[in-house]
Amino acid sequence: MKLKQLSVFLENKPGRLRELCALLADNGINMITISLADTEQFGILRLIVSDCEAAKTILEAKGFVAKITEVIAVEVNDEPGGLRDVLQVEDAAGISVEYMYAFTIKSGENAVLLFRFDDMDKAVVALKSAGFKVLDRVTLFQHSEN
Amino acid sequence: MSGFVVENRIRDKEESLSRPELTALQTSRLRKTVEQVQQIPFYKNKFAEAGIAPEMIQSLEDLQRLPFTTKADLREEYPLGMLAVDRKDIARYHGSSGTTGQPTMVAYTKNDLKTWANLCARFLTAGGLRPEHSVQIAFGYGLFTGGFGLHYGVEHVGASVIPAAAGNTSKQLMLMKDMQVDALVCTPSYALTISEFIIKNKIPRNALNLKYAHFGGEPWTEDMRARIEDEMGILCFNNYGLSEVIGPGVSGECAMRDGMHIAEDAFIVECINPKTLEPVAPGEEGELVFTSLSKEAMPIIRYRTRDIASLNPEPCACGRTTVRMSRITGRSDDMLIIKGVNIYPSQIEQALLRVEGTAPHYQIEVDRPDRKDIVSVKVEMTETSFSSSMKEMQELRERIDRAIQTVTGLRMNIELVSPSSLERFVGKARHVIDHRRKV
Repeated sequence: MKLKQLSVFLENKPGRLRELCALLADNGINMITISLADTEQFGILRLIVSDCEAAKTILEAKGFVAKITEVIAVEVNDEPGGLRDVLQVEDAAGISVEYMYAFTIKSGENAVLLFRFDDMDKAVVALKSAGFKVLDRVTLFQHSEN
Repeated sequence: MSGFVVENRIRDKEESLSRPELTALQTSRLRKTVEQVQQIPFYKNKFAEAGIAPEMIQSLEDLQRLPFTTKADLREEYPLGMLAVDRKDIARYHGSSGTTGQPTMVAYTKNDLKTWANLCARFLTAGGLRPEHSVQIAFGYGLFTGGFGLHYGVEHVGASVIPAAAGNTSKQLMLMKDMQVDALVCTPSYALTISEFIIKNKIPRNALNLKYAHFGGEPWTEDMRARIEDEMGILCFNNYGLSEVIGPGVSGECAMRDGMHIAEDAFIVECINPKTLEPVAPGEEGELVFTSLSKEAMPIIRYRTRDIASLNPEPCACGRTTVRMSRITGRSDDMLIIKGVNIYPSQIEQALLRVEGTAPHYQIEVDRPDRKDIVSVKVEMTETSFSSSMKEMQELRERIDRAIQTVTGLRMNIELVSPSSLERFVGKARHVIDHRRKV
């Protein structure tokens, strides 16, 4: 129930992000969501894309360093307290968040939270047993295309 | 690591003379050389200025009385002011690679070419070359002495040469694989590029027959040797030379790989303090100075190499009695002085190689925006070192920072950059950009 995320190293140089986006666009790769963690010196771009492996190959051929990591996608109601409820479960299980980002699904009602936890397997079990809807690739993409 | 073992083999009797025998040989050759250089106006004048007549040089100790020759002298005598023979007797010209400005020309008679090929054959033999081997030479062919020097050295051993020349890494690999090449000759920086190519293209180790390599042309480190040997599964040997002295063949490692044996029948080596010009104690670092003993076209007296190394006079387990020089740890002129601390670029490389997952591709940029030196080290990211976690990336930067601080004693600004974004070198790598020099 884990989702593949593409992380890309972004050198702090003008035009680098645009170059990356153009590469993915030209190759027909759709971004479902994107998050940028940045420092003064460099950035880490995290992406959920339609074809993770293909995107990695395309970017690497143009000199980017990219890595595929796993994240967990949790669907919550798009209303106050959605994130809090998830974090409560993880706190209780003694799991920490390494990073997270979120997006709302087009159809409007729900939000998807993407997490990287220090213990991914334990996190999935905890979330599921608390009744959360953990999305796999297929359902996530179906949702986003609706 | 390679399972390949180099059996000890000594080519010439001159490599294992007793010290008195060697001293006698050096003394008679030195006296002859001092006579020869009287044909060169530059030396004739220098000797006259110093009040030295050729017959005053009778022993090796008398060498100390002779003037030094510097790169600047050679530039002033450009192109052929240092010839001791007539131009019609010259068989070949080469030039310094001009890493530090204007090139200088060097010349060889037919005999010089023979001497040179033999000196290269010596270190190649010491480092595993046998007549049945094939050697791919990925050095530049041209004025640079590396390509032709090693080429004729390999032929002199009776082995076969694949003169691939520098560059076009995919073609190098094709040749290496299809020709089942036994040995590689190139600069250590280029070996890293080749190794990177092998890894990137997932070329299996058993597709190649490569057993060993001879590297020269630029300084490298023991850590770099370990990395190349591990990545490529070969044995790497170091050799040293410079065009002003003869080219490659001045010294090279034997199977013990514990210092490079200097061809003392062909050169007298001194190790001096570059400031006081006084000899340093054995084992202590200093600038290497060479005097040629058997060259015809361009004999040279006390040439200051600017290369920093130490000498080990102890006899080697291989049976050679010649003095061994350490790796070149830096140059007395490309030394960076940062906040008053002497830094050699090779130290940065050494530090990076100690950090797991980093590539030894780096560039040092020094600037002095106001009155303080600021040093940035650009380090390329690799797939192993990159992480999606910011915390791990910051830790990587800190590890690099600490490694550099341990080696140099200085804090530098670590910049992580995209892979392959720094310039790749097929010849000598240029690792330093010093903006302070522009002023």
